[in-house]
Amino acid sequence: MAPAVEFRVTRYDPAADEQPRLVSYEVEVAAADRVLDGLEYIKRRLDPSVAFRRSCAHGVCGSDALVINGTVRLACKTLLQDLEPPLLVEPLATFPVIRDLVVDLTSFFEATRRVRPWLEAGEPIPEREFLQTPAELTAFAEGTKCILCASCVTACPVVKRGTPYIGPAAVVQGHRFVNDSRDVGAEARLRILAAADGAGACENFFECTKVCPRGILVTKRINEIKAMLQAGGYVKGDAADG
Amino acid sequence: MTFARHDYDAVIVGAGGAGLFAALELGRAGAKAAVLSKLYAVRSHTGAAQGGICAALGNREPDKPLWHMFDTVKGGDYLVDQDAAEIMCEEAPGVVFDLEHMGVPFNRTDDGKIDQRPFGGHTRNFGEAPVRRACYAADRTGAMILHTLYQQCLRAGVEFYDEFFVTDLAFAGETVAGVVAHDVRAGELHSFRAPAVALATGGWGRLFRVTSNAYANTGDGAALALRAGIPLQDMEFYQFHPTGLHGLGILVSEAARGEGGILRNDAGERFMERYAPRLLDLAPRDMVSRAVYQELQTGRGLGGADYVGLDLTHLDAEVLDKKIPEITDFARIYLGVEPKEEMIPVAPTAHYAMGGVPTTVDGEVTRDEEATVVPGLYAAGEVACVSVHGANRLGTNSLLDILVFGRRVGRAIAEFVRGGKGPAWPAEALEGRREKVARWRDTAGGPAVAELRADMQEAMEAGVSVYRTAESTAAAREAVGGLLTAYGDVGVGDAAAAFSTELLEAFEVGNLLALAYVTAASAHRRTESRGAHSREDFAARDDARWLNHTLCYLRDGELEFRAKPVTITRFEPKPREY
Repeated sequence: MAPAVEFRVTRYDPAADEQPRLVSYEVEVAAADRVLDGLEYIKRRLDPSVAFRRSCAHGVCGSDALVINGTVRLACKTLLQDLEPPLLVEPLATFPVIRDLVVDLTSFFEATRRVRPWLEAGEPIPEREFLQTPAELTAFAEGTKCILCASCVTACPVVKRGTPYIGPAAVVQGHRFVNDSRDVGAEARLRILAAADGAGACENFFECTKVCPRGILVTKRINEIKAMLQAGGYVKGDAADG
Repeated sequence: MTFARHDYDAVIVGAGGAGLFAALELGRAGAKAAVLSKLYAVRSHTGAAQGGICAALGNREPDKPLWHMFDTVKGGDYLVDQDAAEIMCEEAPGVVFDLEHMGVPFNRTDDGKIDQRPFGGHTRNFGEAPVRRACYAADRTGAMILHTLYQQCLRAGVEFYDEFFVTDLAFAGETVAGVVAHDVRAGELHSFRAPAVALATGGWGRLFRVTSNAYANTGDGAALALRAGIPLQDMEFYQFHPTGLHGLGILVSEAARGEGGILRNDAGERFMERYAPRLLDLAPRDMVSRAVYQELQTGRGLGGADYVGLDLTHLDAEVLDKKIPEITDFARIYLGVEPKEEMIPVAPTAHYAMGGVPTTVDGEVTRDEEATVVPGLYAAGEVACVSVHGANRLGTNSLLDILVFGRRVGRAIAEFVRGGKGPAWPAEALEGRREKVARWRDTAGGPAVAELRADMQEAMEAGVSVYRTAESTAAAREAVGGLLTAYGDVGVGDAAAAFSTELLEAFEVGNLLALAYVTAASAHRRTESRGAHSREDFAARDDARWLNHTLCYLRDGELEFRAKPVTITRFEPKPREY
């Protein structure tokens, strides 16, 4: 028989439960199994009603960010062999829980939309491609790796504390577009990021950078935005130091 | 009981590349469109496409759309409808430039143009040698295209219904009237009335146990069409990608071979020299998958195991870091393998459906061998069979297909809906579904959905994999037929209304079973080998009898087959050698 690992999973049905509760499951695991494989085992073999989101199962779709043993991670990118059992699996703490491990991400997507996260290409539009050098691509490429999984927002101490803050993911989205040589919409985006709940709300805890499953240097990009806000006169000199 | 009613010009089912491009075109045309997806829009499986999108831009060396078309037709083993392939290859450069103008971060040449790299089966001058045709954004091209289209849809004010699962198409007579959808979060049914509905739900790799496909890839749109009496076309042609991460099936892009990667067996031999002497590791996928399979069958897997090696150790570290960083990471994370120092263990993985819902070149769904159009119903992307891939799809032609024909569907619908509001909502459309869901919830002790799915995947893997026979396909068909019957007694124990993923999976498994049945039966019927359909008992291609598309209907549990002619315009069928 395969070795078993104890999973303690948050269960919550708003129609029936007053409080979330932890339910324990014995999960048989194989050597290279991921946390997601364990959750699938529970759903397949032990309790089909446990609710969680997942899709691609290899870290590109952004569906399965969870708090696993106290740290935000993608369940499909986290190997069981790298964790100390028993496993504690909880939903993303900063969002309202819909059920079990499923949270309401409405506020997350609304925040990212506020920075106008789309390219506004400058006129004239060429017949072929805009010319863009490899160096110009590098200036914004890292931000394009974001999969909107909301890990950074959940890990952010400023967000957790309840201080108004648009959140690290939204600032990274802004960074991606204001640094794209094809884009002409920087001014509107920077004005949004200069507001009191904008990039300046970041206090450099670096938790976002630590948890980003895509390896984006989130805090560094936020600080680059802060510097742009200062240099462009969007904020007063000391505001960006937070 | 009341339910929410919605009224739109068009409903797009699915939010991958095809659905989003169609929605964007509708938004640009000022039509009122809703995109319904069972996932959040940016979670769609288009985001898992890695290597690139081909277009004859000629940025690195001379290239022509006609060469691209020839490669597509030959790659598809001449089952391609050549009028559709010509449109796709002609429109490819325009689509790539359109995407670039929207913001896709393509890799660049030193002088700032879109960079291009070689890909399997893509050649210059009608098969002479590999050509640099694939435009790419590192090895996350699909994710970049998906996010870019999503961003532009937000800008255009497209309305999204995230986590809405479409359970039924609604018709008034033969004409589409809209869809019934299950709001996953609230656990309620909604009606969406619209004169035009586009199916853009992607593929169904979850028919198989080992697949590169997401959990979400359950072929919902194809099953919707099938249930509405529409046939599915060429379902026996299912592509197995030669390089999935061993055991997991996670895709290792052909770009790894495009950048110089080599497949090796246990003796260290570059075994593709024996199978495709000219294109070697960049031969089309059906051939490479068969070669890998044969190496494994004859005990030449690494250490005698059931995988071969993908050797990247001779490549510059910078190539791995800059051009294929994601897949090198996958090898590290999931297998603990450092691709700069050791070979990546790979084996074929279920990857892509060449078949699907038959359509015209404008994405209008057709219902028979004369291509009679179903008024108001459209399909684009992997769910559709237009057919540009024929019996085997070339790498990068999937992104190209979904974008060219997604865009065309958007434009066709924008034109179509100027014709009026369409039929009234048929009241009975929703009742049947509500009763069925209620019955599932009241059923105790029925078969578990997860077990039906596992049994189906086992039957399909055993019977309808890289190689097939009359016996193996018949066994799969019978096994899946039994599971379909058992599915009729399924119960969903989860009584909670909100976010019942058990209910969602019950819908999905019903869809998968129907598609598995049609796939196994279609594979049994075609007694020849062509492209991805390799019959051990009929090893040769048989143009006299089988140069035609399969149409398979499934009505009240009964299969019916018809043959539909292939459109041949420029390239007469020839033996397929690489």
